[in-house]
Amino acid sequence: MFLAKILVTLRKSILDPQGKAVHHALQSLRMKDVQEVRIGKFIEMKIDSAEKARAEQVTEEACKKLLANPVMEDYAFSVEKI
Amino acid sequence: MTKLKLGVVVYPGSNCDHDAYYVLKEILAQDARLLWHKDSAIGDVDVIVLPGGFSYGDYLRCGAIARFSPIMEEVINFANKGGTVLGICNGFQILCEAGLLPGALLRNASLKFVCKYVHLRVEIAETRFTNRCKTGEVLHIPVAHGEGNYIAEDVTLRRIEENGQVVLRYCEADGTVSGRANPNGSVNNIAGIMNERGNILGMMPHPERASDPALRHTDGQKIFRSVFESFVLQENHQILT
Repeated sequence: MFLAKILVTLRKSILDPQGKAVHHALQSLRMKDVQEVRIGKFIEMKIDSAEKARAEQVTEEACKKLLANPVMEDYAFSVEKI
Repeated sequence: MTKLKLGVVVYPGSNCDHDAYYVLKEILAQDARLLWHKDSAIGDVDVIVLPGGFSYGDYLRCGAIARFSPIMEEVINFANKGGTVLGICNGFQILCEAGLLPGALLRNASLKFVCKYVHLRVEIAETRFTNRCKTGEVLHIPVAHGEGNYIAEDVTLRRIEENGQVVLRYCEADGTVSGRANPNGSVNNIAGIMNERGNILGMMPHPERASDPALRHTDGQKIFRSVFESFVLQENHQILT
């Protein structure tokens, strides 16, 4: 069994109003060192596979087909044995 | 003309499905029917309507899960064969997720859910969805969405603008396209687009909410009546040729 940890983030070129709002709130908390905030999604998937390569392949496919929309999002993931 | 057969797809979480059905069936006297998302067949229909709402609770991304509903395979086949498909609000999001329309819809720039009447400029009247309007005409139709901020990559945007695929744009009452008239931050004030072939329209505003005369606003009827008209034109064309 493998555990895939996936990060889906808004592409750099896309404005993130949600991140901006959170940034404003942090500024209100006087956390002046925070320069920028961007918000994404974290997804975990358990994958029934004996090989890591296969688990990575499944994760890649899930990201491409459903978990991320390439028009507006990028994704990155790691896969570890559990 | 015989009544048009329009199938309104119902997803778990759709909430404008019945409004669309009611307007098509009761106000415009067509043969409308509801299609359950788990059906794998769309049956004998002329037009598919993907209604507004929050299919699958907007989980993951709006429309992302509905796009894989059993019925979608047939809807995509129908669309690819040139069948007329109208996606309203969440329906527009589903069409983008399904890759039937270019681009995507992001969270409104204001981060707020926007529910109000807007003005829409008809950019091109020679379409299946706007032939009962004039190019440049301003329609008064409400929006109600939290994620209607249309974006597309630069090349895609240029292409859809050059091809005349941008059908509706948010504008002021006099037709001026301005930032002030833009309710959600959509690039170029885009409110509705077609695919290249012109058989699929996605729009964020709700024509079905401005169609019943009892509500005093009926501009939405122009969109539906244009679709009906496109079938009449097609029929006449067949008779003539």
